[in-house]
Amino acid sequence: MPTIKSIDDLKRLREEAQKVKELRDQTGKTQVVVGMGTVGIAAGARETLKAILTFIEDQHLPDIILRQTGNIGLGGQDPVVQVILPGAETVTYGKVTPAMATRIMEEHVVKGIIVQEFRIEA
Amino acid sequence: MRELSLHLLDIAENSISAGASRIVISVREDLVADELWLEVSDNGKGMSPEMVEKVLDPFVTSRTTRKVGLGIPLLKQAAEACNGFLTLESEPGKGTKLIAKFQHSHIDRMPLGNLEDTIITLILTTPSVNWVFRYQYNDRVFEFDDMELKEALGNLPLSDFRVIKFLSNTITEGVQEARNITTKEGVVYANH
Repeated sequence: MPTIKSIDDLKRLREEAQKVKELRDQTGKTQVVVGMGTVGIAAGARETLKAILTFIEDQHLPDIILRQTGNIGLGGQDPVVQVILPGAETVTYGKVTPAMATRIMEEHVVKGIIVQEFRIEA
Repeated sequence: MRELSLHLLDIAENSISAGASRIVISVREDLVADELWLEVSDNGKGMSPEMVEKVLDPFVTSRTTRKVGLGIPLLKQAAEACNGFLTLESEPGKGTKLIAKFQHSHIDRMPLGNLEDTIITLILTTPSVNWVFRYQYNDRVFEFDDMELKEALGNLPLSDFRVIKFLSNTITEGVQEARNITTKEGVVYANH
């Protein structure tokens, strides 16, 4: 542990503590990631994401971390959606239509049951 | 891509990949001059002139050597097919500005599509970026800077259902208001 010599050191410490806290907050929450590369967008990723947003809005789901990522790198499987429950492994779904996204939200995100038929190998 | 708003989403993804902390998206419909302008500018890492050339040319490089895909050449082609053009200004360390112009009434011009969904998607899925959205319809302007929203939220996450609803309403109403004339009596007339 370095000695605190200045106000700047203090600030740095506070920032680090904040980062650790943010990391902890994030790992304790469910994350939903949508692939938004050029191919994903052309394949309908925005509409898939919109279905996820509508579900969160309608069901008043709190504390879900939504993220986008450039290209997940699974050729031909777009739109791709990944669900990461706290402490669980990443589950990847492929060719996710808005209707499929709603079912993934209902079953996997809310009830914790993986929708095996939509699942793909990542 | 079937909508210009999907192209905007795609171009904005490039700005995110370039590590931008502030991205400004602006759309201008000028029915008098018969022009449609799209602009995405960022303060990301920027590109050298050689890189700009490569990004504009769909055939020079493959995706393994650069992160930007076919999106820009596709949009360039779409603009040029509608009596328009696409320009890309970039400076390493400063950022990048992309401008695309279309003849508004051109028969081949793609519809703008769902602009609101594009903006909401970007704001909600990449909260680390300060997003500014500017929409102009003839002489009326709607501008949204998400900085104010983020400051007001404090610890409440952007993906909170109430925030999604608020954001969605604000953007949709803002764009609609710019497209319409509201009289003092509250009657809305389409402005075509």
